[in-house]
Amino acid sequence: MSLDQPNLDLSPKVSDEIRKTTCYMCACRCGINVHMKEGKVAYIEGNRDHPVNKGVLCAKGSAGIMQHNAPSRLRAPLKRVGPRGSGEFEEISWEEALTIATETLAPIRATAPEKLAFFTGRDQSQSFTSFWAQGFGTPNYAAHGGFCSVNMAAAGIYTMGGAFWEFGQPDWDHTKLFILFGVAEDHDSNPIKMGIGKIKARGARMIGVNPIRTGYNAVADDWVGITPGTDGQFILALVHCLMKAGKIDLDYLARFTNASVLVNLDEKSDQFGLFLRDAEGQPQVIDRRTGKLAAWNGQGVEPDLSGTHRAKGVTHRPVFHLMADKYLSDDYAPEAVAESCGIPAKRIRAIAADLARVAFDEAIELDREWTDFRGVVHSKMIGRPVSFHAMRGISAHSNGFQTCRALHMLQIILGTVETPGGMRFKPPYPKPATAHPKPHGKVTPGAPLNGPHLGYVQGPEDLLLQDDGSATRIDKAYTWENPMSAHGLMHMVISNAHAGEPYKIDTLFMYMANMSWNSSMNSGGVMQMLTDTNEDGSYVIPNIIYSDAYSSEMVAYADLVLPDTTYLERHDCISLLDRPICEADGVADAIRWPVVEPDRDVRGFQSVLCDLGARLNLPGFVNEDGSQKYKDYADYITNHIRRPGIGPLAGFRTGEKGLQGGRGDVNEGQIDNYIKNGGFWIEHVPENCAYYKPFSMDYQNWAVKMGFYDVVQPYIFQLYVEPMRKFQAAAEGIGTRQPPEHLRGQIKVTMDPLPIWYPPFEDGHVDPEEYAVHALTQRPMAMYHSWGTQNAWLRQIHGHNPLYVPTKIWEANGFKEGDWARVSSVHGSITVPVAHQASLNENTVWTWNAIGKRKGAWALDTDASEATKGFLLNHLIHELLPPKGDGLRWSNSDPITGQAAWFDLRVKIEKSGTPNEAQPAMPEIKSPVGKGPKDIAWKVGK
Amino acid sequence: MTELPTSTAKKLGLVIDLDTCVGCHACVISCKGWNTENYGAPLSDQNAYSGAASGTFLNRVHSYEVQPPMLRDAPQPAQLIHFPKSCLHCEDAPCVTVCPTGASYKRVEDGIVLVNEQDCIGCGLCAWACPYGARELDAKEGVMKKCTLCVDRIYNENLPEEDRQPACVRTCPAGARHFGDLADETSDVSILVAERGGFDLMPEQGTKPTNKYLPPRPKDAEPEYDILAPYLEPIANDSQGFVSWLDKALSALPGGAK
Repeated sequence: MSLDQPNLDLSPKVSDEIRKTTCYMCACRCGINVHMKEGKVAYIEGNRDHPVNKGVLCAKGSAGIMQHNAPSRLRAPLKRVGPRGSGEFEEISWEEALTIATETLAPIRATAPEKLAFFTGRDQSQSFTSFWAQGFGTPNYAAHGGFCSVNMAAAGIYTMGGAFWEFGQPDWDHTKLFILFGVAEDHDSNPIKMGIGKIKARGARMIGVNPIRTGYNAVADDWVGITPGTDGQFILALVHCLMKAGKIDLDYLARFTNASVLVNLDEKSDQFGLFLRDAEGQPQVIDRRTGKLAAWNGQGVEPDLSGTHRAKGVTHRPVFHLMADKYLSDDYAPEAVAESCGIPAKRIRAIAADLARVAFDEAIELDREWTDFRGVVHSKMIGRPVSFHAMRGISAHSNGFQTCRALHMLQIILGTVETPGGMRFKPPYPKPATAHPKPHGKVTPGAPLNGPHLGYVQGPEDLLLQDDGSATRIDKAYTWENPMSAHGLMHMVISNAHAGEPYKIDTLFMYMANMSWNSSMNSGGVMQMLTDTNEDGSYVIPNIIYSDAYSSEMVAYADLVLPDTTYLERHDCISLLDRPICEADGVADAIRWPVVEPDRDVRGFQSVLCDLGARLNLPGFVNEDGSQKYKDYADYITNHIRRPGIGPLAGFRTGEKGLQGGRGDVNEGQIDNYIKNGGFWIEHVPENCAYYKPFSMDYQNWAVKMGFYDVVQPYIFQLYVEPMRKFQAAAEGIGTRQPPEHLRGQIKVTMDPLPIWYPPFEDGHVDPEEYAVHALTQRPMAMYHSWGTQNAWLRQIHGHNPLYVPTKIWEANGFKEGDWARVSSVHGSITVPVAHQASLNENTVWTWNAIGKRKGAWALDTDASEATKGFLLNHLIHELLPPKGDGLRWSNSDPITGQAAWFDLRVKIEKSGTPNEAQPAMPEIKSPVGKGPKDIAWKVGK
Repeated sequence: MTELPTSTAKKLGLVIDLDTCVGCHACVISCKGWNTENYGAPLSDQNAYSGAASGTFLNRVHSYEVQPPMLRDAPQPAQLIHFPKSCLHCEDAPCVTVCPTGASYKRVEDGIVLVNEQDCIGCGLCAWACPYGARELDAKEGVMKKCTLCVDRIYNENLPEEDRQPACVRTCPAGARHFGDLADETSDVSILVAERGGFDLMPEQGTKPTNKYLPPRPKDAEPEYDILAPYLEPIANDSQGFVSWLDKALSALPGGAK
């Protein structure tokens, strides 16, 4: 051959060293290998040994190098020198910054700790930040769950001890039919992609239920383009079909759920709707062996799904009878919901039939003997190989809690939860609501709060109310407006603080939450609230302290900015006390550690809290002599003891015979052990209790040994949630703690102890004919919230966001490529670029979430496409529903948990002229970090 | 003009599964990261933080809407196909034969098409010749960039053996990308292509691409309800009937006969 090929070096040196840590490009928390060259980050890839991602890595994770080097990184503490919102700051020293913070916060703690509102956004250290807030003594602490997915999390905990993502996952290796309901992509990112890949490789079937056919729904075998907000109707129609055909797992329902528990049905009794209990307070069932009453958990008891009990003139029937009464009604038939859901009745029936076929005709049996908590030995593990996953798509509605409950009920009646091929919990879950703390809110000046802030109420007695009935918390969590608000309501903090309702606060202290932009409803209104002044010129919200690593839109609204590090420059622990990274087959936790040291005057926020906590003399943050207890977050991670033998990290603890997982004493070398192990620790669930975890004695004993909880506590799934009935009963006038009159009706309807559907609240507050179009956002797979925009590589994938319009609306408006439209809700309007998408529910428009940026933020140039063509739907959404003439303003949230009802939004759309840029265009803010370079070619090695 | 080898010992290439690709762009960025740091000039970005940024990528994912024809007289919902695209390492690569300097070449040992950047004058003829638009001229360096199939990974003795595959394949979360020797009929990739009906992109161009695409499986083809109806045969019409059925069903369960 005449070919003259150059000699290539086929084995170039890849890097000097690999440092293994945990990604933070989204909430998924994958393991990463950071390749270093000459002390610099050269290349990032997935860690093959890591339990979450097993080597793969998404676009965000692979672009971490550009996030770490982003020009938007804050450089030093900032003190505001111009008006709020102007972006005018001067750089100050850490000593000055911490002195300002201490002088602001110390008097609050001494006199009225509740005047500090401390909310931590996309925090992955909530067990630490909540510990700090508890020590401070304010009841006003939460992270971002209230505007994210608390409906899914709380519905899961109350129903079965956990939901999806951190709590549970489909059994990807065995499932044969997987149904995905609208999802937020980072919940969780790579494991869903890996799981879909696995089931596709096996030829299993996937159904996508989502108004929008993109991403995961684009590869689904079948697409159900449902009307937003009607998922609950669709799910309950499936329940109706399956019950009516008897295609339900009776043995599973009888043994492992409260379908067999007896309910008082005497309408005149104050016990109406509550469980029949014995002297020990245990709910009662009929034991099929004797036909007599027995405690649900009695040894050898065979609960009867159909046994009734009559005593003293009162009839008690099992929950399952109540379910039959409700769901067999034609109100739940496919024909009754087809039009509303936008799914033909025949198709709903076909999906129900397919669920029945796969669950029962294709059942799996594993030859693994196991013993349940009643001492009954089962020779096999029987699986119903249908599985589900859902997150924010179904939960960010005002009917989201009940919809999530309905989905959990559907899984449970099919017998698919914690069985082979179904949905599996991830240790330390499952944990029922009763195993979680209750909320605490008792304030004592100069002293800590009386317990953890957030938890699971069991009835009206657990609400956080003052003697006058007003809310204890600034976000009005755990009030009659939203009694089961397990994650707080971060989205209400600023508007409540601005209104002085339930009281005025002194300092708003926030971490990693872009409240003046994409993390708030009504972004323009929030900017106004943050800058509003009293008559004397002082700010209505007097002090704002904010911590972020980057020059986000929120920075401009702070008086004091505490610059955080990037994720490659910090210590973190992804703790079992918080939101762990476990897999169904293993308990796991992980760390981040500084693979590089910051080159700016910045500090990890958690380390700053260690310092600030000591300056404020917070219990837990000072030694007996008053000196600082934890020199930084790494010191806390290693040395903090939460309960005997339990610390932030469960791996490599000191035991009698050396290092061990689970319980153990402090190990000073723990972080080094994690680093040597690739940044994580995992221990596998014993095989004979890998399924049926809540009911398996072997699992319960293992869970106690590992320290997930301190006593064995098997439980059964709560199809009927008795605490909800207690709130409903209160609304009917029973009990001493009574809701305000105007909320009685809402509570009676929405607090049904069995899953129900009701229309999204916005439908009742706006004219559905005028505002006939549903408007949604989705998070792109290659972007996480606002963070991706400063990333030179990722912003080339999603540099702006058109409004995607279905064919019917596209044609009705005569839209052409390049057109713009005015989109209005009852609250506001925006003018934005449109694009056609045929694979879309015909009454739904949507756009990518948080691509639009404010000029001056994120070190972007003013002509950046994100700021000129990008836009937020947030301007169309208000935290309150529009007035409907009853003199009240109803919250635009789920009435059970308070979750922000982002996806209830209704709009109208009309063709507009072509403006210079997307409207509303906010004035530019001054960048505290300047602008990024024009061109880059980021090569670290030579 | 540059010559192509008459044959190559191996035909290394990618097999991309369009049924499984969720369009996440993981491969796009992983490629950008590896190839910015490795083979040849870094992949630069213009207007990196301003205007509409535009940089060099060796692999991009496009999305296309497809409107299937009517089925059983009913309109079918539109579909969205994610379509990753990079150099296909063609056997008859027009980008090579058009190169005036010999910078573009196809390796005899494995068929990988590469650009020797030292000889590249940035004339852009190869990009014009490529019917797939798979080559990009780096605006900063002025040389032609293209997929190298990670030639500096796949034989790299400094990498663990399991990592000797292109960065895009290693990172793909859904497992939609496969790498191997398509000249070897027994290789995993050849078997996949045979089993799944793998196809050439634009075969009419006569380029004989090495990379293959696996087609999406038929969608929205769930069985007619009539076939499944027996599964939903009612056992009762109302709650009372249900309870009677329940009593019978329960007594049929193990230990149930009272």
